[in-house]
Amino acid sequence: MLDFPRWKTVGISIILLLGILFSIPSFLPQKTVDQLPGFAQIKVNLGLDLAGGSHLLLEADLADLNKTQLANMEKTVRAAMRGERGPDDDIAIGDFKASGSTISFLIRDQKQLDDARDRLAKETQGAGMTGQRDWRVDVVDTTRIVMTMTAAGRDQAVARAMESARDIVDKRVNELGTREPTIIREGNDRIVVQVPGLQDPKALKDLLGQTARLEFRMVDPNGGVGPNGAANVPVGSELVPYAPGEGGGAPGEVLRRQVMISGDQLISAKQDFNQQQMPAVSLRFDSAGSNTFARVTGQNVGKRFAMVLDGKVLSAPSINEPILGGSAQISGNFTVQSANQLAIALSSGSLPVKLDVVEERTVTPELGADSIRKGAIAGIIATVSVLVLMLVVYGRFGVYANIALAFNVFLIIAIMAAFNATLTLPGIAGFVLTIGAAVDANVLINERIREELKRGRRTFQAVELGYTEASRAIFDANVTNVIAAALMFWFGTGPIKGFAVVLTIGIVTSVFTAVTVTRMFVAHWLRSARPTSINI
Amino acid sequence: MRLLKLVPDDTNIDFLQWRKVASFMSFFLVVVSIALVAVKGLNLGVDFVGGQSVRVEFKQEMPPIDEIREKVATIGLGEPTIQQFGSDKAISIRTALPEGDKATADRAGEQLVAGIAKAFPTAKTGAVETVSGKVSGELLRTGAISLALAILGISIYIWIRFEWQFGVGALGRLFHEVSLTFGLFAVTQMQFDLNSVAALLTIVGYSLNDTIVVYDRIRENLKKYRKMEIIPLLNLSINETLSRTVMTTLAMVLALGMLLIFGPDVIFGFTAAMLFGVFIGGYSSVLMSTPVLVWLKVGPDSFVPRTTSGIGGGERIERKDDGAVV
Repeated sequence: MLDFPRWKTVGISIILLLGILFSIPSFLPQKTVDQLPGFAQIKVNLGLDLAGGSHLLLEADLADLNKTQLANMEKTVRAAMRGERGPDDDIAIGDFKASGSTISFLIRDQKQLDDARDRLAKETQGAGMTGQRDWRVDVVDTTRIVMTMTAAGRDQAVARAMESARDIVDKRVNELGTREPTIIREGNDRIVVQVPGLQDPKALKDLLGQTARLEFRMVDPNGGVGPNGAANVPVGSELVPYAPGEGGGAPGEVLRRQVMISGDQLISAKQDFNQQQMPAVSLRFDSAGSNTFARVTGQNVGKRFAMVLDGKVLSAPSINEPILGGSAQISGNFTVQSANQLAIALSSGSLPVKLDVVEERTVTPELGADSIRKGAIAGIIATVSVLVLMLVVYGRFGVYANIALAFNVFLIIAIMAAFNATLTLPGIAGFVLTIGAAVDANVLINERIREELKRGRRTFQAVELGYTEASRAIFDANVTNVIAAALMFWFGTGPIKGFAVVLTIGIVTSVFTAVTVTRMFVAHWLRSARPTSINI
Repeated sequence: MRLLKLVPDDTNIDFLQWRKVASFMSFFLVVVSIALVAVKGLNLGVDFVGGQSVRVEFKQEMPPIDEIREKVATIGLGEPTIQQFGSDKAISIRTALPEGDKATADRAGEQLVAGIAKAFPTAKTGAVETVSGKVSGELLRTGAISLALAILGISIYIWIRFEWQFGVGALGRLFHEVSLTFGLFAVTQMQFDLNSVAALLTIVGYSLNDTIVVYDRIRENLKKYRKMEIIPLLNLSINETLSRTVMTTLAMVLALGMLLIFGPDVIFGFTAAMLFGVFIGGYSSVLMSTPVLVWLKVGPDSFVPRTTSGIGGGERIERKDDGAVV
């Protein structure tokens, strides 16, 4: 017991000192922390339940993604069959069908079948680790080609879509001007968005709920929609409905399938006003887009084109003259806010997949502040009552335990700050629990010392035995708690995770402070005072 | 300074004489708890059933619950569930998922907040939670899995560190604790959500803490007093650890009690469940987890090192102890 080596004392003192230093920024107000040098700006993060803010869980609509994949492949196939060397090189195809994860079509001239397969082989790629291709190409009944998306291809498509969706969500959230949002992918097809301080998540949800796939397409002059909705749709065109409130009662427009220019070719989009002083969105296309726009509008003066957003027609103006310069303006049934939102959505790029909000948790900053205040008060009262109890029951040994307990608090905060961990409301409860665990360790040790004294052991020996014999139970008990905390961390979400983090850190620090640190105090006292009896 | 002794020195209480009564009572309580959960059901929060919940705080007097219920029902999201927290000014209003809507989280929450703001203009909505059916199903599943794994994992650890009888004892005790806590949730109809699962896991961890302290002492005494009958030995072990059990329970009750009284009402249910767990844990440590060892026939041979001869090993460990032998 007496041989507590000097290097150990020094080591422990350094750890405790670091603990206090690293926990200081967490007690300071944010303004003061901002003025500190960068290395000192480590601070415990407050969870959304304490700081206030919004948590959104977005889930990709995989059925929608699948549909997009099929549509894109159809476009690719049509382009590939069109041939590079003029009309003689074309392969005539027809009877396009799409269902599930397959598309199929007929090759009109059987002699071109091999050529067609060669061209398709260039359009499919290896996917995943297995070297499997992303699409399988089969021939059925000698003239029908069936293309099936493979599992590896689908996984890859989902992974790619989610990666780019995450980036786009990131851009859009940042456009809202929020403070330090967290945007991370979760699982296969989900994205977590956490925005501290956000009061009303409605604008955010609207912004993220918009795919923002913008297309300019020509209205087919040979097509037409009757007032009763019956449409005459020529080959190569389709009926596209109007967005709600647009079109002046017409159900939709018959548009060419071919896209003139799309939102991918935008360089900027911003909220603006049109000539009638109504909110609108002004667009600028890149040079390739501008050229196409100028050429197509030049060829089609007097005809109409349509602006299509997410599969709905916003407007279908007539082309009075070629539109040069690459600018356009979308007007529609907008408010300033919704026009602004559309501008943000368009300039951040279109989402490769539709995202649904499947979970939402919002806490107002006032409620959060109230929780912190009450939690802190309760924490202080709880700690003080435990300290008093320890003092009354164990005297000098209680004082040592209490000092260790105070160090424990600093260490937990310091480690959380160093790992950039987040303190949530259940985390505060976890804090209280680890205080309980730390107290229990000291209770075990002190009770054991009492027992050994009762059995007639001399002071030093009793203290020594108290520490060694109690350590076994302390160790086992804390391992079981770590098991529980680890499971909470792996399986839990949100609040449970926050609790598990504090609990795990607290278990480690409480064993250190309650056993090692108190032992150091006791050893030094025994060595210097050499008491013949102790009051415990 | 005279120090406070919570438990007098050298207690010699024959705890195991009550083992039949205690076991019967525990069994009875477990059955009642399970029956209560089956009959009354748990008041599951949005985390587990989906839907939307809004925390509403009233500045002045809170209107009668029935009036609130009536007004919220007219919003068009069905009959609400109204949950009171520890304070008398804040409630949580919960409605079910609207049917047939895929992106459910989107609109219904807003609709509920707007409806409440209209019906009670002075009230403040503090927290809004919306969980879709799919997510709530997953949360329920992972919650159940983590609870089951925690109980199993801890029992296996005890089996490895001690003997199989102790593992079984721990498993039984955990089942007892968890059932009774579920019973508490069923009786009080406190909202059962993710935080409650965290509370349950904590109770599991804490309760094991207690068990291990007592079991550790039993293991030690089994090695020390190899000739002692099992019942006196268990009694001795419980008595020796009694002051620790009382002291730790008291410290936990103090800490949690303060959190319950002064803490934020948002974690009222969480703290209440843990406090309950601490009480049950104290009872179990003394009266529940040891009798199991009698039935499973734990004896001095349970810890004989298998390589050396039993008697030799035992005598070597035996110390010159006389003070506390019963």
